[in-house]
Amino acid sequence: MHELSIITSLFEILEEKAKEKKARRITCVKLQVGALSGAVPELLKTAFDFYKKDTLASQAELDIDEIPLKVKCKKCQHETFKDDFIFVCSNCGSSELKILAGTELLLEKIEMEIE
Amino acid sequence: MKKKEILVLKDLLGSNKMIASEIREELTEKGILTINFLSSPGAGKTSLLEQLAEQFQSQYKMAVIEGDIETERDAERIRAKGIPAWQITTGGACHLEARMVGKLFSEIPSNLDFLFIENIGNLVCPASYDLGEHIRCVLLSSPEGDDKPKKYPKAFTTSDCLVITKSDLVPILPFDIHKAQNEAMEVNPQIKTFVTSAVQGTGIKELTGFFIESLQKLRKQNA
Ligand SMILES: Nc1nc2c(ncn2[C@@H]2O[C@H](COP(=O)(O)OP(=O)(O)O)[C@@H](O)[C@H]2O)c(=O)[nH]1
Ligand SMILES: [Mg+2]
Ligand SMILES: [Zn+2]
Repeated sequence: MHELSIITSLFEILEEKAKEKKARRITCVKLQVGALSGAVPELLKTAFDFYKKDTLASQAELDIDEIPLKVKCKKCQHETFKDDFIFVCSNCGSSELKILAGTELLLEKIEMEIE
Repeated sequence: MKKKEILVLKDLLGSNKMIASEIREELTEKGILTINFLSSPGAGKTSLLEQLAEQFQSQYKMAVIEGDIETERDAERIRAKGIPAWQITTGGACHLEARMVGKLFSEIPSNLDFLFIENIGNLVCPASYDLGEHIRCVLLSSPEGDDKPKKYPKAFTTSDCLVITKSDLVPILPFDIHKAQNEAMEVNPQIKTFVTSAVQGTGIKELTGFFIESLQKLRKQNA
């Protein structure tokens, strides 16, 4: 359960941005969470709802965009999504794959109300 | 009242990654090879460190950072071997973070060859936190079963080497070393596998050999 510490860092950024923009309220927070990010979307939501009380984001919704693992073969250039995490090219069998997406844990955007 | 949407695109683990890079840079400059040990509780991290301490003995200088939720016990076990050890107790947190290692930095002697970090026993959360190590090493003990690599892919995809521990128990368990190794290689084709037993003292030499070789590479790169 390291999701709470991720949400703690999220709130550090949220507070900073809200101050910068002089926001009254934060209404929505959007994250990108990769399949290989190590974080579980459900747990992030639970941690977010726990943490948001008594903050500018107390009414905010956490919107999570789940990013599947996408790889590209270095040999045959074949691009594919992997839901089994097996690093073998489904086209040529090579195990030299490059990860294109799926490891991210990003704060994408914040929606806020400003005076 | 206006609604406004701002695009941020900020990595939520970004500050940890930044501190970790600084730590790695400093350790590289000092020529201290740093290894982060990950495993579930009880897989044999501390026992393996005790074995490494005996194997390296007077030839190489090592130190250990111990991570645990509570107690100073593991650090005491390492100190009993004459090895400097620092205990980080996280008081509940399920993983070590780079800043916790960073805080100890001033106390770490600069004439070391190896710095080992024993992470909190957990195969999930520690995998997301770079501590500034050069080598990440995941331990899988035979009683845990040979099907773990696919169940905990992140720990295995992010590790440089796999140490299958408690090999002395393999004869009495339905554990297939090749299956475990193959599964690990499916999720991480580059992973190097070692098989050890702290009870019989087997496989430790191969592992120290790999660490010594990596240390030499690190120092060559510095020269
Ligand atoms: N049979 C056997 N038991 C081991 C071996 N290594 C460790 N153990 C035992 O496993 C338990 C947990 O070991 P420890 O090193 O404390 O694990 P850690 O929690 O990963 O640090 C202890 O009771 C050890 O004696 C091994 O190679 N073989
Ligand atoms: Mg231990
Ligand atoms: Zn291919």
